[in-house]
Parts: sequence; C-alpha cells; structure tokens
Amino acid sequence: MSDSLNESSLRHLARLACIELSAEELDRLPARFHSILGLIDRLQQVDTQGVKPLAQSFDLTLRLRDDEITTRDQRAQFQSLAPEVADGLYLVPRVIE
Amino acid sequence: MNLDDTSLRMLCAGLRERTFSSEELTQAYLQRIEQYNTRLGCFITVDPERSLSQARAADIRLARGEGGPLLGIPVAHKDIFCTEGWLTTCGSRMLSNFVAPYDAHVIQRFKEAGSVILGKTNMDEFAMGSSNETSFYGPVHNPWQLTHVPGGSSGGSAAAVAARLAPLATATDTGGSIRQPAAFCGISGLKPTYGRVSRYGMIAFASSLDQGGLMAPSAADLAWSLGTLTGFDERDATSVARPEEDFGAQLEHSLEGLRIGLPRQYFGSGIAPGVAQAVEEALRVYESRGARLVEVDLPHSELSVPVYYVLAPAEASSNLSRYDGVRYGWRASQYGDLNEMIARSRAEGFGAEVKLRILTGAYVLSQGYYDAYYLQAQRVRRLIQQDFLQAFEQCDVLMGPTTPSTAFRFGDKGSDPVQMYLSDIFTIGVNLAGLPGMSIPVGFDGQGLPVGLQLIGPHFSEARLLAVAHGYQQATDWHARVPGRGEQA
Repeated sequence: MSDSLNESSLRHLARLACIELSAEELDRLPARFHSILGLIDRLQQVDTQGVKPLAQSFDLTLRLRDDEITTRDQRAQFQSLAPEVADGLYLVPRVIE
Repeated sequence: MNLDDTSLRMLCAGLRERTFSSEELTQAYLQRIEQYNTRLGCFITVDPERSLSQARAADIRLARGEGGPLLGIPVAHKDIFCTEGWLTTCGSRMLSNFVAPYDAHVIQRFKEAGSVILGKTNMDEFAMGSSNETSFYGPVHNPWQLTHVPGGSSGGSAAAVAARLAPLATATDTGGSIRQPAAFCGISGLKPTYGRVSRYGMIAFASSLDQGGLMAPSAADLAWSLGTLTGFDERDATSVARPEEDFGAQLEHSLEGLRIGLPRQYFGSGIAPGVAQAVEEALRVYESRGARLVEVDLPHSELSVPVYYVLAPAEASSNLSRYDGVRYGWRASQYGDLNEMIARSRAEGFGAEVKLRILTGAYVLSQGYYDAYYLQAQRVRRLIQQDFLQAFEQCDVLMGPTTPSTAFRFGDKGSDPVQMYLSDIFTIGVNLAGLPGMSIPVGFDGQGLPVGLQLIGPHFSEARLLAVAHGYQQATDWHARVPGRGEQA
C-alpha cells in the first residue's frame, strides 16, 4: 500500500517530526524506510473485520482524582536544567518581530 | 566475600549477622566495576562517594536491627530511571547534561528499602535497540565473549549482573529489552505484567508497552526483590492496584502436574541448533520433574513484529516530541529561528536509530495512513492477545526459546534495520498482550554463548513464573555459571 519514500516525502516527514536531516541521511534513509515499510505492510493482508482496536493491554478506564495541589513549587530546580532562562521564563529565539 | 558465588539471601544474611557491612559490600562491588567497566562498558555513571555514603546510612539502620530484604544491598539501575541528583541520560546525547530533579517510582522504592545505588547502567538510546550498539556512550560488551553484543536495550544491566559487578539490576522491557539481554548474558530476567510496576519517572519510549523489571543471577534473587518495586502508584495512570504478594514465600512449588504450553510457532525453522538443543534439554528437565508438555497455537505470532514496529514508533514519536531544547536536554549552538533551533537540537541530540523510529512513527500517524497502519496494528494487537489468552486455557505457562540465536557479533546485523527487529520475534508478543515474561539460562551453544528459555504466564502470574523458574534452577546450575569477563582476551 505504501509507495516507496522519495526524498521530498522524507523531507515532509522530517518537518512533521521537527528533525533536520543531513544530505547523508536523506541519502541513506530511504533504503531503511523501504525495508521497514515492507515489514509493516504485511498487516494489510490481515482480516480484522469486526475486531476492536486494542490500545492498552487492558481496556483501562482512566481514573480521576480530586483536584488538589499535590506537588510543591519546583520551578527554580527545574529551570536550573534549562539552556536559557530569565526571570523564571524559558528563553527561545524571538518569534514575533 | 566471594561475589561470584552468592545470592541476595546470603548477602542479606551476611549484612544482618555483621559478617560484613554494607560499606564493605558496596566497596567490593565498586572495585569490581573499577576493574572491569573499561572493558565491558556496563556503567555510564558511577559515583563511589555517594554510593558509599548511602551504604554507611544503611549500616546505621542495620545496626538498629531495621529493614527489609534489600537494606544495604547495592543495586545497579538502568539509566532510564530518573535518579535525583544523578546524571540520567537514557543512553542519549539529548540527555547528556540531564541531572534528574526527582526520583522515578522504582528508584524511590529502592531508596525506601535502604538499598545502595551502585551506578547507572548503559543502554540502547531511549531503549531503542537489541544490541546496545545505539548508545551514545559506546557499546556494552558481552562478558562471555567481548566480541559479541550483550543484547539490548538493557545490555548494561544484563552484562553487569552476568559479570557479577552487581548482585541485582533494574531494567525495562518494551519489546524484549529485559528478556533478550538476560538470554544473551546468561542471567535471569523478569518483565512483570503491564501495570505492575509504576512507570513514573521511567523515561518513556512506548507507553502502552514499557514496563520496569529486574535482572539477577537467579529466579530466587528476583523473587527476593520483586515486592520492593511492585504496587499501586497513582502517578502512573496505568498502574494497577493489586493485593500485596510475598513472591519469596511462594517460590517452593512442586512442578508435578504443571502444564507447559509449547507454541508451535516458537519451535519452527530459523532457530539456531545450539538454542534448540538447550531448550529441548530444559524441557526434558521439566518433564522429569513431573511437568506435562502440551502443544499450543499462537496463530498471529508472526505478526507481532510488524504490529510492534507500527505501535512502538508511533508512541515514541509522540513521547519524544518533548525533547525540543527548550526546558532541558541538548540545545544546538548554531540556529536562526525557533523552528531551526528545535529541528537542529533534535538532529544533533538523537542518534540514527532514534531518528529512524521517530520518522517511522510520524509516517504511520500521518494523514491518510493512520487507519491503515495505526488502527490496523491495534486490531491485530487484540488478535495477538486473544491467541495468548486462548493458549492459557490449555496450559499454566508457555515456554520456548527467548531468542532465535545466541548473542551475535558487533555489526553483524548490517545496515538493514529489519534484520535487527526480527531478532525480537519471540519476545514482542508478550508486551503487546501485557503479559509477564521471564528468561532464564538453560545452557550454552557450541561457541560457549548462553541460551535463554522464555517463560510466559497469564496476567499477574509472576509468583507462579518465578516458582517454575526456581524449580528448574534447583535441578540445574546454569544460573550459577560466571563468565570470563574478557580475562583471557
């Protein structure tokens, strides 16, 4: 069902995944992809009419909890891990001129 | 103290009787790590001062007569578990500067038990791999033959336990990452039922499949420690509330009348002769102890690999979207706008296999393909689970080889990713169905490499699995064999 992946569709995927690909990767990846698509395309032959998808190994109902504050303020501790912060905010390149 | 020939029960007794202190025990393991880690590459981080100070704290508790089965016992932790104040890399450059600000549930439970953190073990990057070759921190070497892989993704934990650099290690299993390296390294490994062990603070790969577990030389060691990490945790939405169990107390259980199911599909062609032979011999041991062999059918098992390579990358592409170089982790040094900063940070921070899986995930989830791949894979996942549940109507436990071959050489799987993926054919189904599974050593092939027997049980049957494994280990001594650790090399 899948057409083999060309460079432009690979670029599109890389955009979706937010990963910059090098020329070497754009060259190397299609063959690997082709092999993976060959593997997963085998699923198309299975008759699954009437079978309910299984997302978790048990059909869990997610719990609700009371809306209470359970953690302390750890902003300073968490921000010590960030590449760039100021005044309690995370800094990124300007997006609005 | 003979660290090559000991058990957690013996170590615990030694600590209680003051034959040695936790500090002495920890020091002894740290010396071994110092001696062998350069050669084996099992640990990414060791911090002797910190370990020894934890050991001294344990000694104070021991002197007061306090504590449970793991008080003062040094434990190695897979570098996927957030460990407060310790570098926690998940095998990736992306997290090469990430000092975890909190403890994973598993780490917290081990700390409460008074065990000592011996170090953080090497692993395939973000647990994506079956050979430990994808780690940013270099490969782990199989202590039985350094030219061979230890398996993955928990290769560091497996090799550390096999080489007796740690008496116990934590690990995780998404598609076989506990059982396959346990098989390749000749040790015992347990992947519990999905939901048994909280995933809180365990760096996520594929959340509907990931499960924390343990590695040790013997099933008795696993039973000794399993109660420490199981139990309900409200911070994990898929954590299951169960009555507490004493796994150690249920270990001695006769094998008389045990019905062992042998899935036809696990004994077909493509099994290396050395593996097939060791597994056959193990089954004879079970028979001689009164177990009965029943042939069963898992008709969809061949589809487990394609299902997994839709679902796991899909979940991974979503989970790993959090690494954007903004709040923590790797940030590129050269970039123009925000999008370029993110795309370049991810390009530099992730290795080739991780990128391939994220892209695969993006592909199967993208418009036009979602129904055909993702939903179809989830439907086949249900068929695979139903196969197992039906099989358990005819037997108590399933057995077969953990892997089609023993450990392979570095680079042997070449550049085609599917060659590597197919080596997990027998382990993946267990994760898809959420079942508990084990691997125990049952001999060696002609090259002197260990062979693993996989044991699979119904949901929440860990106590039974451990007892079945223990029964075998009472009759054999494969689990007590210790590798050369490259000494002759």
